[in-house]
Amino acid sequence: MLSYIFRRLLSAIPTLFVIVTIAFFLIRLAPGGPFDLERPLEAKVMENLNRIYQLDRPLIEQYWLYLSAVLKGDFGPSFYLRDFSVAELFARGLPVSMTLGSLALTLAVLVGGTLGAIAALRQNSGIDYLVTGLGALGLTIPNFVVAPIFQIVFGLALAVLPIAGWNNGSPANLVMPVLVLALPQIAVVARMTRAAMIENLRSNHIRTLRSLGLPSLTIVKHALRGAALPVVSYLGPAAAALLTGSVVVETIFGLPGVGRYFVEGALNRDYTLVMGTVVVVAVFVLLFNLVVDILYAIIDPRIRYD
Amino acid sequence: MAQPVLAVRNLHVRFRTGDGTLHAVKGIDIDVNAGETVAIVGESGSGKSQTMMSVMGLLASNGWAEGSVKYRGEELVGLSPNKLNHYRGSKLTMIFQEPMTSLDPLYKIGDQLALPLTTHGGLNKARARKRAIELLELVRIPDPERRIDSYPHEMSGGQRQRVMIAMALANNPDVLIADEPTTALDVTVQAKILELLSDLQKRLGMSIVFITHDLGIVRRFADRTYVMKRGEVVESGKTGDIFAAPKHPYTQMLIDAEPTGRKEPVPAGAPMVLEAKDVQVTFGLKKSFFGKAGHVLRAVDGVSLSVRAGETVGVVGESGSGKSTLGRAILRLQPASGMVRFEDRNLMPLDRGGMRPLRRHLQLVFQDPFGSLSPRMTSGEIVTEGLLVHEPSISRKERDRRAAQAFEEVRLDPAWRNRFPHEFSGGQRQRIAIARAMILHPKLVVLDEPTSALDRSVQKEIVELLRELQKAHGLAYVFISHDLAVVRALSDEIMVMKTGKVVERGTAEQIFDRPKEDYTRDLIAAAFLTENAKAEARSLAS
Repeated sequence: MLSYIFRRLLSAIPTLFVIVTIAFFLIRLAPGGPFDLERPLEAKVMENLNRIYQLDRPLIEQYWLYLSAVLKGDFGPSFYLRDFSVAELFARGLPVSMTLGSLALTLAVLVGGTLGAIAALRQNSGIDYLVTGLGALGLTIPNFVVAPIFQIVFGLALAVLPIAGWNNGSPANLVMPVLVLALPQIAVVARMTRAAMIENLRSNHIRTLRSLGLPSLTIVKHALRGAALPVVSYLGPAAAALLTGSVVVETIFGLPGVGRYFVEGALNRDYTLVMGTVVVVAVFVLLFNLVVDILYAIIDPRIRYD
Repeated sequence: MAQPVLAVRNLHVRFRTGDGTLHAVKGIDIDVNAGETVAIVGESGSGKSQTMMSVMGLLASNGWAEGSVKYRGEELVGLSPNKLNHYRGSKLTMIFQEPMTSLDPLYKIGDQLALPLTTHGGLNKARARKRAIELLELVRIPDPERRIDSYPHEMSGGQRQRVMIAMALANNPDVLIADEPTTALDVTVQAKILELLSDLQKRLGMSIVFITHDLGIVRRFADRTYVMKRGEVVESGKTGDIFAAPKHPYTQMLIDAEPTGRKEPVPAGAPMVLEAKDVQVTFGLKKSFFGKAGHVLRAVDGVSLSVRAGETVGVVGESGSGKSTLGRAILRLQPASGMVRFEDRNLMPLDRGGMRPLRRHLQLVFQDPFGSLSPRMTSGEIVTEGLLVHEPSISRKERDRRAAQAFEEVRLDPAWRNRFPHEFSGGQRQRIAIARAMILHPKLVVLDEPTSALDRSVQKEIVELLRELQKAHGLAYVFISHDLAVVRALSDEIMVMKTGKVVERGTAEQIFDRPKEDYTRDLIAAAFLTENAKAEARSLAS
């Protein structure tokens, strides 16, 4: 197993290299540059800026410069937020986004998993219809609708929670953004758990457990473990997406996470920030895919990597 | 007479379905006395399994039972699952038809074996493990102390069924219900599992309820027998009496359903249709990173065979012996090496296009009459599809006429050719599959377990049909089957295959009356469970 993990980590290196390369040239294809403002800068200033940031060199040379810097762990200065390096921006924003994301993910697994399991055990009952109905709602109502409604209800009308802001991650400030992030995930996890549980409860090995007169708790435990496989494979990419921040939620709740860097970086042609975001997201995706594969092997003994 | 351990009275089982209520079991009475073996026989759909499922409270969620099932005087029908758990797994236990999927693939068998012990027996983990090892020993799993930490996928079907039996016996039950426990297993494994069951019964003194379609098992093991048809018990009594003098025509029909007769020999001058020499099929199981061939599996290892017009070559062997692969290889449906000659043409150098005009002469009928017909085409379209390729010039009307003709030939009502496959029974579908082959007037038909998925009585009809078609058209058959009774009834020559090789070959008489190899003898002995019983029954009846 350890050698498998090691091999997987090794194979991530060429993958990352390809991603970085493609991203580097793609963003350069976009018209304009980081210093093109609405009111154009003087030619001399522009020239100086380009020279300072080495944007006057041939593209392929810039690529080499960037690659060698990244290998040393230097993601360069942000072109737009000029007082910060990209590393600094992530060092500040990533903990915010990861806190929100991991809380939302935990909530999704616990609440979604429980609801899905209950719905499956009481198939075609009132509870089942309620769960599937709420699941459909959670999936279809977009977060930019849910978030303002929460703000109006809990922030203004009931005035029990702060409307927005980070406030050093105080629990009251976390409640609404985490909920908004978690709702669609709860819906998906509940639906997947329900479907997988129903299939499992009908399987022959569950029939065996029933025939042996085992308590329902044992039967649920066995069915849940079997049902976990498809849910886990969904949660990998979902975790990567949640932990790297959400533009909408962070903007609406005024949170200093990294989600907005995707959009801001791209709009401002902040080349280094875009590249930094790409690398961070790619690392998360690769990492969580590995985690999923490891979890798979832990849950299902038929899967062996050697 | 003492009170029965299990008394079923006026039991009804119904299922709510899309087309209304299905009345699967219609008021039946069954008694199981202490220590006796009771068989419930019937064909698929007779309600024999559902009867016992309802005893165990295992009906599907759309099904329910009415009437009375008493275990030692205590009513079980209508009990909540929790109350029923007092009996299930301790007093009443069950093993199932599907040993491959009846164990949880995610848990070690030791952990699964411990469940009934800790739940009902009140053992702690350490003692449950010790008892689990004893149980594995009891069901004759070799090296139980190591095997207890195996996962189900690391065991064969037979071993898994042994583990199921061990679980069922964990708490010394009064009644063990065995629902077709050996149907999914190879014949030789079947015999061993049955032997184990009867031995355990002698040692532990429990009652066994055998649900089966196999009269051989009934004759050999059951003290009393209930014959079920369409949800009703049509006949019951001592097994010997039922076999000696069946009262109900349905019972008589079940007993008679064994394929009988022998193949008439082929005239000496019959032309050679297909000749294969030294056929080899290999599968590379795993290739290493550098493309080095890893382990190679020889599925078919140097097999030769020849079939003349009107002749049948039977290929028998257990699953995994390579018999189906051989069938596909001689039709060039499977890459293989060696030589295959059809009439006077060597098939090996031909590519797909080169084979195409010859395909009409070389047809194949599969085991699974449900999976091998496209559900979206009418049966008529299915049957005539080959004509579109091989006789593209004929008109739609002519094709339809030929379809009607082909339907008649396989004894199906030609008016049914507009129906879809799901509107036919298993036996009728197999007739459609045969019609699809016959419409092209083939010279050779490879029949790959064509009767294995069918009930015995339907099997017999299909065997008769195949016989008639062979006689009428001088067809050459390669008949692949694990069912020795059918093979004996149809074949001139029989090849016994094991791990890709032919271990013995000869005429039907040579193979059955004077087998040389132990493996052949095992196969026959296992099948003789059925055979002996039939012979005895016939001698009793006459």
